[in-house]
Parts: sequence; C-alpha cells; structure tokens
Amino acid sequence: MTQPQPAAASPEHPAVLRLEARAAPSQAVAVLVSIVSVALALLVGGLVLLASGEDPIAVYRVMFTGAFGSRSSLAETLVKTIPLLLTGLGVGIAFRMQLWNIGAEGQLYLGAIAATGIALFVLPDAPASVLIPAMVLAGLAGGAVCGAIPGFLRARLGVNEIITSLMLNYVAILLADQLVHGPWRNPVGFGFPGTEQLPDAAWLPRWGTTRVHLGLAFGLVAALLVWVVLRRTRWGYEIGVMGGNERAARYAGMATARNILLVMAFSGALAGLAGMSEVAGIGHQLQRNLSPGYGYTAIIVAWLGHLHPAGITLVAFLLAGLLVGGDQIQMSMGLPAAIAPMLQGTILFFLLGGEALGRYRLVRRSPSAGPRPRAEAR
Amino acid sequence: MNDITSIAFLTSVLAAAIPAGTAILYACLGELLCERAGVLNLGVEGMMLMGALGGFAVAYHTEQAWLGAIAAFAVGGALASIHALLVVSLRANQVVSGLALTLFGSGLSAFLGRDLVGRPAPASFGKVAVPLLSDIPYLGSILFRQDALVYVSYGLVPLLWWFVFRTRPGLNLRALGENPATADAMGLNVAALRYGYVIAGGALAGVGGAAISLATNPGWSENMTAGRGWIAVALVIFGTWNPARAAFGAYLFGGVEAGQFRLQGAGVPISSFYLSMLPYLFTIAVLILASRETARRRIGAPAALGRPYVREERG
Repeated sequence: MTQPQPAAASPEHPAVLRLEARAAPSQAVAVLVSIVSVALALLVGGLVLLASGEDPIAVYRVMFTGAFGSRSSLAETLVKTIPLLLTGLGVGIAFRMQLWNIGAEGQLYLGAIAATGIALFVLPDAPASVLIPAMVLAGLAGGAVCGAIPGFLRARLGVNEIITSLMLNYVAILLADQLVHGPWRNPVGFGFPGTEQLPDAAWLPRWGTTRVHLGLAFGLVAALLVWVVLRRTRWGYEIGVMGGNERAARYAGMATARNILLVMAFSGALAGLAGMSEVAGIGHQLQRNLSPGYGYTAIIVAWLGHLHPAGITLVAFLLAGLLVGGDQIQMSMGLPAAIAPMLQGTILFFLLGGEALGRYRLVRRSPSAGPRPRAEAR
Repeated sequence: MNDITSIAFLTSVLAAAIPAGTAILYACLGELLCERAGVLNLGVEGMMLMGALGGFAVAYHTEQAWLGAIAAFAVGGALASIHALLVVSLRANQVVSGLALTLFGSGLSAFLGRDLVGRPAPASFGKVAVPLLSDIPYLGSILFRQDALVYVSYGLVPLLWWFVFRTRPGLNLRALGENPATADAMGLNVAALRYGYVIAGGALAGVGGAAISLATNPGWSENMTAGRGWIAVALVIFGTWNPARAAFGAYLFGGVEAGQFRLQGAGVPISSFYLSMLPYLFTIAVLILASRETARRRIGAPAALGRPYVREERG
C-alpha cells in the first residue's frame, strides 16, 4: 500500500484541487490567517445585518467608535479586557494540553463568590492591605476548586472534562443566584437581588476617573507568568509534551494524571481571579449576571491568540472592543448585543478554515498524475 | 398535587418526563449518528437553538406546526454542514469547530429571533390521545397522551437501533467511526458518508430544538434550550453509542427535569435554585457512572472519534 506518490483524487471524485501538507506553517501565515478571518467574519456579519434590514456600515461604525473612538470608550474596552484576558489565559493553558476546559464561566463565578464571602463575612473590618490579597487568594482558590473537579474526574476516572466543566457553569451560576436571592441578599436592597456592598477596603484602586482598575495589572502579570511557566519551567515543557502526545509523555515518566489535575486547577484559578476582580473592581457586590459570558468568549480569545500569552493579551483587548461595541449598538441603535457572539462564532469558523488552509496548501493537480490504483478497493 | 408521594403526582411527573426527554432524545440520536461516523460535534446546543428558532418562526408565519418541524430539520442540517466542511474537508480541530458552532448558533438565534421573543405560538404540537392505548391505566396517560413529535421519536429509536446494529449501511457507519482506513479500503467514500451523517445529526438536533419551541414550551426566547444540547452530548456517552440506551438516558433526564419543576410547584421547601441544579449535577453523576461502566465492559467511544481521516497517512 505504500505509494511513493501521494494519493490523488479517487476516480469517483475527479477533483483537481486537493490539500497537501506544508512543511511548516509559517508565523507570518498564521498572523495573516487571523487578520483575514476577522475581516471575512465582519463581511459575513455585515451580510446578515444587511439581510435583516440594518445598515452594516452604520452598525460597524457605531461599534468601532463605541469601543475605540474616545478616551472613555477605550477605558471601557480595557475594563472588559481584564476578565477576557484572565479567562483566556486560563482556557489557553488547558487547551495547550488538549484539556478542553470550557468551564471558565463557572470558575469565574465561584471565584467571585469566594472573594465576596471573604470580604463580607470573614474579614469585613480588615484594611485593604490585608483584605485585597485575601480576596485574590480566595478568588484563585474558588476558581481552582471549580476547575479541579473536572480535572480530577478526568485524571482519575477518565470522565470527559468538556461536559463536566460545562455542567459546572450552570451549577455555579445557580449557586450565585441562590446566594444573592437567599442567605447573602442585601436586606435593604430594595428588592434587587444582590449582596450588600463590599467594604471600601475591598475596592480595587482605579485609574483616574475611569473604571479601569487594578485587575488589569493582575491580567498582565498573569500573562507574563503563563509565558514564563510555558517557556522556562519543566512543568511548562511537560504541558507541551502532553498536549502533543499524552502516551509519549507517560512513557517518558511524566505524571500525567497529576498534571491534568494541576493544569485544570491553574486554569480555573485564573478564571476565579477574573471573577474576583469583577466583584472588587466593578460591581463592588455579588450580583446576578455578573458575567455576560466572558468564560465562553475566552475560548475564542485563546484560540485566536494561538494559545500564546502575548496573542491572548492582544486578542482579549480586541474582543473586549467587540463586546463594548455590541453594548453600544444595543444602547444607541436598539439592536441586540447578541451580534457580538454571532461575530465571534463567525470569526472562529473562518479562523479554523483558514488555519487548515495555512497548514495545507491548495494544489492543482493535472488529471495525468493519475488516480491511485484502487484494485484493492473492490 | 400537593402530596408528592401520591400515584397521581408520580403519573403526572412521568407524563411530563416523556416530552421533556424527547427534545434531548432527538439531539442525542443525532449526535450518536455523527459520533458513530467518527465525528465529534459539540455544536448541538447551537443547532438546537437555531432549530428552535427556525421551527418557531416558520410555524409562526405559516401557522403550520409540521412545516416548522421540517424547517427546524433543514436549519439544523444546514448548520451542521458548516461543521462538516471544516472538520471533514479542511480537517480542522473538531472540538473548537463544535464550540464555534454553539457560539455562532446561540448568537445568531438571539439576533434573528429578537422580534419573536414572547410572541404566542399560533401553531404548536398539541397532545393527541391514541385511541384505546391511551385508556390503559397509568401507562396510557404517561405514554399515549403526547404530542406528535413524541410519537415520531417512539418509532425513531427502534429504527435507528435496527439500522446501526442490523443493517449493512449501519455496519459501514460503525466502520467509519472505528477504522476509517478499513472503510476506505472497503470502497466506502469516507468523506461523503461523514458529511451525510454530520448533516443528518444536525437535522435531528434541529428537530430537538423544535420539540421545545413547538411542543413543550411553545414560543421563543433567547437560549431557551438552557444546556440541553450539552446534556445530549453527555447522554451519548452514557448511552454507550446505543440508541436504545440513549433513549433510556433521555427519559431519565426528562424525569429529573419534570420532577424538579413539579417539586417546585408542589412547594417543597428546597430552594428552586438548588432544584434547578439537579439536571446538571445529574449529568455529571451519569458521566461518572458511564465511565465506570465503559471501563468495566471495555466499551468505549468509536476508536477514530475526533480524528480527521487523511488517506495518505494510512495508505
């Protein structure tokens, strides 16, 4: 069966175009593919808008100026960059190991719950120098626990982590709902479900008059940390090997089960920190609808950023702009903000297709190259 | 209704479990076909949502529930063809492509359905009592006072079981998922068949969505499937890729969902938020049980699940 010549199109399919693997996909191609896929997604999104009777140019203009057009809109984009960056980094490091953690949303909520609990009920009178580090630790721990559960089930019992991590999203959100409607509800909240406001010492410092808060530093430090872990540590090396070939890693003596658990916990911890910084930096209380799906957008952030901390940082900023722009068209044009997730999904489609075309190249093959003999086929 | 131990309460829960499970069942059977062919499609939630919206929109404008169901079938299949193109032809990562499909489907359905939120359904599948059978005590009112989509699913489960395990094309389907190189050598067109099963799977997921928007909860609202697509993916594993066992799982699930609602209605002193967690926690429990069982009986996922087939690597 070994043919010196790569198999050509089968006789039933006399296609002349086929995919042929490239020797090595270049960095330049990868970046180009990302840019082209965003552009094509905007084009398709524009067609959807056009088909439903909206003016795509006007919509995109409002979105763009709403996200990047002024100092205040840029600040708002940075505010939304924080949770996307942290969750994107967490998801990205798990994806590197072929661990499909799609539970960042729930991990974010659990981090927020833990941090709120510390500030309201454990250390309500502590100074900021104690309280904020304690909340950071609580947020990390809350997210880590939520990530470690699917990690443990995967490592010990071989349970599919995709579904367990996703199911915990619903559980964590319902738990937050239960707390803000029930035991943690602010008794003087005028019927709005939410906890009491956090003590002043729990508020993350803000940058000038904007809403940009210390969480941005958390995100950038985390990006650097992830880069160092992946590039400079033995653990990072093992993550890379296990992502490539889990069996090879096991034969090389790496503790695969322990690494699965650790990476899922680390991944969850970063998302938990995102939840903590949303509570301490923006809402100053635990409330319903804490996150508009940051944990899901994180998947796109990670993939579009090629699972690289620098790429994730850049993409988090750009997709934050998309979210802010989506809110803007909802406020000023009355269109649903759901345009943003729709565009995100479309971007991801084009990216996947484009990556395939970057990995392979389209080769035109003359029919004279001849179909592979298929005597064995009948 | 207030006595949760009465026979009447139990019957009403079981009667509600069947339609609640049916929506998940369609999606689950679709995913089962797709995975048997060796393709993982995590876009079930997105395809269900688009099916729910497409079905409701068509039924709303034509006042024909059946046309709605057919539209849902077509919409689900159309969305799945994007996944097929990406993962079969372009050999993209199946996990990420499926996630993209879910994000895309939920975003697009929320956008396109913005004017239909809260509209009453002019046409939906009502309960139809089967003559004679519905008069069987207890069982009759549980099984045979249901809507048309439920009755169709009663036929679909044995049909698919027979197809997968007792027919030649079913054998070929299993070969696609276990060893596509062998299927190729048998003269099967791996790519074309995988396209077919991915699209058929998506079409069934679309009908599953319509089973919600046209039968159990007539109407449209954003994200109305509330994770049922994901539960369907989990139930394929629980059902060990067997339509009959998948049906059992889906009805079990319908029971948890219906029971949870009835308990809330009966004023059980447990927070409704905790009760709402039950289906999701139950899914995790079910997956743990399934993992023990697959390990014990050595039955696992189709061997080639999630891997693109590239002929020259094997040839």
